[in-house]
Amino acid sequence: MIDFEIPTPIKRQVQFITMLGEQVMRPVARYYDEHETERPWDYINLIWPTIRDRGGRSFSVEDGKEKTDKEGKPRPRIGYLMLAHVVEALSWGDAGLYLCTPGGALGGAAVDATGTPEQKERFLKRFGEGEPKWAAMAMTEPHAGSDTAAIRTTARLSEDGKEWILNGEKIFVTGGLMAAKESRGFVVVWATVDPSAGRAGMKPFVVEAGTPGMTVTKLEHKHGIRVSDTAAIVFNDCRIPYDNILGSPEVARGDAEHKGFKGAMKTFDATRPLVAASALGIARAALEFTVAYLKDRGVKVRYGVAPHLQTAVERDLIHMEMQHRAGWLLVLKAVTKMDAGEENALEASMAKVKAGQVATYVSQKAVELLGPEGYSCKLLVEKWMRDARINDIYEGTGQINRLIVARRLLGYTSRELR
Amino acid sequence: MISFTPSEEQQLIIDTVRRYAADRMRPAAYEADEKRTIPPDIISRGWDLGLLPSAIPEQYGGFGETHQALTGVLAAEELGYGDLAMALYLMTPNLFAIPILHYGTEEQKQKWLPRLVEGGFAHYTAALIEPRWSFDPHALHTVAEREGNVYEITGHKALVPLAADAHAFLVYAREGEKTQAFIIERGTEGLAVLERESFMGIRALPTYELRLDDVYVPASCRVGGEQGIDIDRLMDYSRVALAALAVGVARSAFEYARDYAKQREAFGKPIAQNQAIAFMLAEMAIEVDAARLMTYEAAWHLDKGHNATQQAALAKAYADEMALMVTDRAVQILGGHGYIREHPVERWLRNGRGFSTFLGLAMV
Repeated sequence: MIDFEIPTPIKRQVQFITMLGEQVMRPVARYYDEHETERPWDYINLIWPTIRDRGGRSFSVEDGKEKTDKEGKPRPRIGYLMLAHVVEALSWGDAGLYLCTPGGALGGAAVDATGTPEQKERFLKRFGEGEPKWAAMAMTEPHAGSDTAAIRTTARLSEDGKEWILNGEKIFVTGGLMAAKESRGFVVVWATVDPSAGRAGMKPFVVEAGTPGMTVTKLEHKHGIRVSDTAAIVFNDCRIPYDNILGSPEVARGDAEHKGFKGAMKTFDATRPLVAASALGIARAALEFTVAYLKDRGVKVRYGVAPHLQTAVERDLIHMEMQHRAGWLLVLKAVTKMDAGEENALEASMAKVKAGQVATYVSQKAVELLGPEGYSCKLLVEKWMRDARINDIYEGTGQINRLIVARRLLGYTSRELR
Repeated sequence: MISFTPSEEQQLIIDTVRRYAADRMRPAAYEADEKRTIPPDIISRGWDLGLLPSAIPEQYGGFGETHQALTGVLAAEELGYGDLAMALYLMTPNLFAIPILHYGTEEQKQKWLPRLVEGGFAHYTAALIEPRWSFDPHALHTVAEREGNVYEITGHKALVPLAADAHAFLVYAREGEKTQAFIIERGTEGLAVLERESFMGIRALPTYELRLDDVYVPASCRVGGEQGIDIDRLMDYSRVALAALAVGVARSAFEYARDYAKQREAFGKPIAQNQAIAFMLAEMAIEVDAARLMTYEAAWHLDKGHNATQQAALAKAYADEMALMVTDRAVQILGGHGYIREHPVERWLRNGRGFSTFLGLAMV
């Protein structure tokens, strides 16, 4: 039945995070924007116990067991719905800090989407104990961004067949420094076992932090989300255990059931709606601030007035609000399908396209509507605009996601519509 | 718990109306638009779907339980998918029934609702819109003044559907600072149905201007008696209805353009295999779905009894813009063919442009 009621546990969680956003994240947001090489340990140490106590499986949100309510009826899974709300609310607090949140992040999502139960246990357990840790995902290379099948990082078996040897360079690894060097985390590296095989040769490998041969060579200086580190990582004869290839051992032999490129795509089905949620958290921050700021100065919004009778500012604010809402509902649809265990690649990309566009538009418009104040570093609005911009780029640009949506709608393969 | 899946009962309604839209409305839409008339059997078959009676409780002659805006918008999308003019025609009795259902006195409900649901298509309509650029349902120029037990109503209305055949009208007028609704029967002195109007779109729907020159009606004709109506909420029922119709119109344009782009070849391949076309289609589909979800959400708030003006207004504003964008792009994807009337897309563009004007012309 069509229903828009948000489950109570989610409401409570959002309330808690909103408080965290107001009291912990917002006050330091500007500082870390201006000190991008410092790590936000105050935020990390504060949030880590919460994450750790939930098992730290921030992406692997459900254990697969059937949950039942008091009467023994099966309870709907709300893992991704919860996560979308959490990510949205944290990003409302500060998107840069959200990206510094310890836990599995995209690396965890990749393990969750492509790993065996044994691998999930082995790699994800760490996020429920001890010190804060991070995981990251390394896909992009200097010459290959959206065209992921063109990656050149190689993985070959050692002569005794007990190890994989990785060689190549990865860039734009979100949280790469924290995952590869500054904590006992790991990096999921996409590499090819057969460069001539294209997509079929692509496999995910887990490289533990501190593995010899893996070096963080550069940290980027970015337009926004500055506090989150974005690393370049070089693999130079980096040796990892054989069973750190994600999925069943057969993947290396290219079985039909392989989880190579498909695994990457499955990871994206889970992560794209969450990136979209993050985008819309920033957009909501900008929108709410702008509405409140203008309201204090006598500008009010009348709903239900015909567009040609609205003031220009009113029209902009209504437009921003409706675009934001539209994006958010698409996110909710994508994650509810995910929770129901249904195929959601189309909805995930639709949500990502819309949210990337909306966050960019809303935050840029907010700067305009506040005039010189909006452009000023006195307020966070200009920062939100810079933070928002990445969301139409990472985890698949708006264009790549349009391509995915179009292929699905038209029933075309990637060869038919390229 | 958040869900976007209709109930089984709702899905049955969707399927039934969709079949009617595809089999009956769609094939007749071109000629209806050209000749500016809708074949009576299409109307009677549409009426037989029982959409209005199922929204009206048994005690007033219907077979419904509680009136659900959500069920209404699900059906409206399918009707809009069939043809907008026919959809508006079929939904015209709602304009009379829904305000009475929600705000009418017991006496008014007893008197009017059974007449709307017994027998064939019920010719009842409403007059809200006025022929001026600054039309605002909260500041009508049609005025009602009370003298003792009688109202004197004077004004000028436009876009009154089916006025020529209507047995009774629900006329909205300003009384003091508030908008109220009055039931005025056909033939009341001072009430004149003017010539049929002509618009860019919805050409098969007969609409008329209406003049009210010193029309006197008993005070008992004011909907809701002393309580009156809540114009905001009624407009919300209209907003979600129009948003749903816009989604239907846009969906038909999207599907047509998608299918055309897959079969039309240029430079040795279907034009859909070009990103320029494919991206347009992707964006159209995203916007249609987003508008649909906004509409569902607003209708859900209405059914929950929440104040839903914000959601309904946002849903409508979104759908207005979306319908124009999607139908316009469908014309563009068909190129020259899109401009030719034998293809439906130019009609959908003419219809789609109207949504920002239509407030009050449909209700669920």
